[in-house]
Amino acid sequence: MIRIEPRNANSAIFSYGVPILSAFIALILASIPLWFAGAPVLTSYVEMAKGVFGSKFAFSEMLTRATPLMFTGLAAALAFRAKLWNIGAEGQLYLGAMATAAIGTGLIEAPAFILIPLIITFGCAAGSVGMVVPALLKTRYGADEVVTTLLLNFIIIIFLQYMLEGPLKDPMGLGWPQSSPILDQGMLPPLMERMRVHSGLVIAIVCALIAQFMLARSVWGFKLRAVGENVFAARHAGIKVNRTIIGAALISGALAGMAGVSEVAGLKGYLTSDLSPGFGYAGIIVAMLAGLSPIGVVISALFIASVFVGADSMSRAMGVSSYLADLVVSTSLLCVLIGGFFSRFKLVRTSLKGQN
Amino acid sequence: MTSSPVLTLNGLSKTFGSIQAADAINLELFRGEVLALLGENGAGKTTLMNMLFGHYMPDDGTIDIIDDSGHTEPLQLGNPQASIAAGIGMVHQHFTLAENLDALDNIMLGSEKFLNIRRNKPQAVQKVQKIMNDSGLVAPMDVAVGKLTVGERQRVEILKALYQDVKILVLDEPTAVLTPQEADKLFENITAMTRNGLSVIFISHKLREVLAFSNRIAVLRHGKKVGEISSKEADERKIARLMVGEDTKISSRKKIKVGEPVLELNNLTISGSSKRESISNINLSVNKHEILGIAGISGNGQTVLANAISGLVKPSSGKIKIDGKTITSNDPSSIIQAGVGRIPEDRHKDGIVGQMSVAENMIIEDLNSGKIQSRGLLNREAIMQHCSDLSSKYDVRGPGPNASARLLSGGNIQKLILARVFEASPKLILANQPTRGLDLGAAADVANRLLEARQRGSGVVLISEDLDEILSLSDRIMVIYDGNLRMAETHNRESLGLMMAGEIA
Repeated sequence: MIRIEPRNANSAIFSYGVPILSAFIALILASIPLWFAGAPVLTSYVEMAKGVFGSKFAFSEMLTRATPLMFTGLAAALAFRAKLWNIGAEGQLYLGAMATAAIGTGLIEAPAFILIPLIITFGCAAGSVGMVVPALLKTRYGADEVVTTLLLNFIIIIFLQYMLEGPLKDPMGLGWPQSSPILDQGMLPPLMERMRVHSGLVIAIVCALIAQFMLARSVWGFKLRAVGENVFAARHAGIKVNRTIIGAALISGALAGMAGVSEVAGLKGYLTSDLSPGFGYAGIIVAMLAGLSPIGVVISALFIASVFVGADSMSRAMGVSSYLADLVVSTSLLCVLIGGFFSRFKLVRTSLKGQN
Repeated sequence: MTSSPVLTLNGLSKTFGSIQAADAINLELFRGEVLALLGENGAGKTTLMNMLFGHYMPDDGTIDIIDDSGHTEPLQLGNPQASIAAGIGMVHQHFTLAENLDALDNIMLGSEKFLNIRRNKPQAVQKVQKIMNDSGLVAPMDVAVGKLTVGERQRVEILKALYQDVKILVLDEPTAVLTPQEADKLFENITAMTRNGLSVIFISHKLREVLAFSNRIAVLRHGKKVGEISSKEADERKIARLMVGEDTKISSRKKIKVGEPVLELNNLTISGSSKRESISNINLSVNKHEILGIAGISGNGQTVLANAISGLVKPSSGKIKIDGKTITSNDPSSIIQAGVGRIPEDRHKDGIVGQMSVAENMIIEDLNSGKIQSRGLLNREAIMQHCSDLSSKYDVRGPGPNASARLLSGGNIQKLILARVFEASPKLILANQPTRGLDLGAAADVANRLLEARQRGSGVVLISEDLDEILSLSDRIMVIYDGNLRMAETHNRESLGLMMAGEIA
């Protein structure tokens, strides 16, 4: 008989070895369909690695892709630590993006050192606004935030489409549903010359460091963890549970909003309704993979971005269907998640030996 | 009465990491006998029973089952199904009931075939009814278990075990939540059932009932069997010494002149969603240097009363005055501010955040204190220092300040909570079932701390179902029944027991 038991302590070999081993197993599994598709497996993986580490450009593309994932991953991680299941990062991302487009396209003419902080402030605030209603419904009436945040995503996206056809529509856009371009002084400065990677990455890493520090060392983080781990004991100990949950909700929304700011004002330069290929939802995977640790979010966002970008470039180089890239991505995620499970739990075989 | 053995444990051993939880234990159980298993927390009683029930795989040793014809059959180890098939039933100390199912479903759970399409409920009802008639254990069958009182749940647990046609019944602290009368009745019924061949092992901390109702007593200490005596030859002192290895004693209660009131409840009424969540027109006052004991069977309003004093529920009407000041905002933080220390009934749920560290749990009520934090940032060194100071002062033992609090044993979790409560030198202490599930040593420690606090000038509200505890600690005793609180004029077991059952004594 086999039983699942939690591991008491994780050795260093385990906590670093398991993810690496799982990624390796993922590659082996993914090689089966690759082989069926007729692509030489080894060459494919070499192409995949090249797609991430092969050139400065490839690497910068990976970092560009990782940036929004870090923000949405942090949004999910912080909320989940308080057992607040914010599934609405996608919608909050678009709220942040709309605020960016509203302010950054000429409403306010100001030099960069004023305009950029302004855009960030309003973008984050817009993301927070997306969490106000779910947080109040949860704390006042006990409404399930999974439902409210998820459904708000669709409302926000329809609102976005309205805005792009109406108030935010670019009059010079030849009728396309897109916003006017962000003013040059409103754009987040790029990090490398002639590359797309921008300073949103730095902001994301700083946010992760601050979040890590605040969770471990601040009273605010203490309360958030206490509410998340045992809401009854937290309330009994005099922690204001609702206040803590609302605080976590607003910060989670702000981080998701920041993902929208960073995509519009860092990368695209204007807002369209296909800004995010599901960064909000991918952020949940990033956070789970990271075990809800903010620093872990940075690492897992880099990993997921690598797989995305590498698999994409591999499918182009080998001439195989881009669905194979999706397959590689999902196999890797599943393997690493399963690996994460095994690093936290162990299977114990209880032998059923007879009695002599 | 003691005849042939039905069960023998031969040299059972089990280690967890570096802890030897059971060390070559030999034990025999005879047909129709009640064997009491005694020992402090961590002595190995539960480990031993879990091996018997197939939950743990012993490292060494065997278990033999002897059937009616005298045929000896080794029990397949580490397999609960084999243990159930051999007629071993266990009633756990922590309930293992599905709260959203009704009592009947809980009782039938596990005894039906998985692919059974039609459930034969009437037959089950009949069988349960018969067991209820035979044993005298009555509980409502059609109410979700989550809505039953702790005492009723316990009865459902026992009924569930009996439903499986057990020959050997293991009861882990069965009377922790029963009134003395109920407990006496339970043991009467068990005695009656043993006449039909049922053999019972029961684990208890209450020496009085062990002496009164068991045939034999086996005492465990540190994973070893340290003694086995016939109950006729035993007395409380003898057993206590075997269990602890030394005499524990509760410091005697000195007479002190009481001071001014620290807690006054005036016509406090709370209308909850059900009767057992309501209290009506509660009036009481507790003075400095005084312990007020509140006796009662669980589910008669103690939890709501405690929640009201803790700030967890708002009164529907009436006033709560602490140290002369009326409490206006009824939330836990203002109650703590007002100087109330609370020892919650369910220490795992309300007392600690299990995933957080021991040190963090020690300071969870002092987050605003300047010693713990400055400008919103925690002072780690101060927290560690505080934790190690308190751990040695209150004898909290465990794997260290950074370990998760859930890794502590029940007694040590309670000591952690005591440390937190007493260190704040509260004016009023609310102790709700403070010794439930604790071993003699830890329970004596709690009692001594409460007496110390009384000496220092705190007022104490002691809510307990353990009459011995109420009688030995309280200056005044009140009884709660059906949401009403009445003063007990005479302090003796019989009259208190009658009041707990709702009869005017």
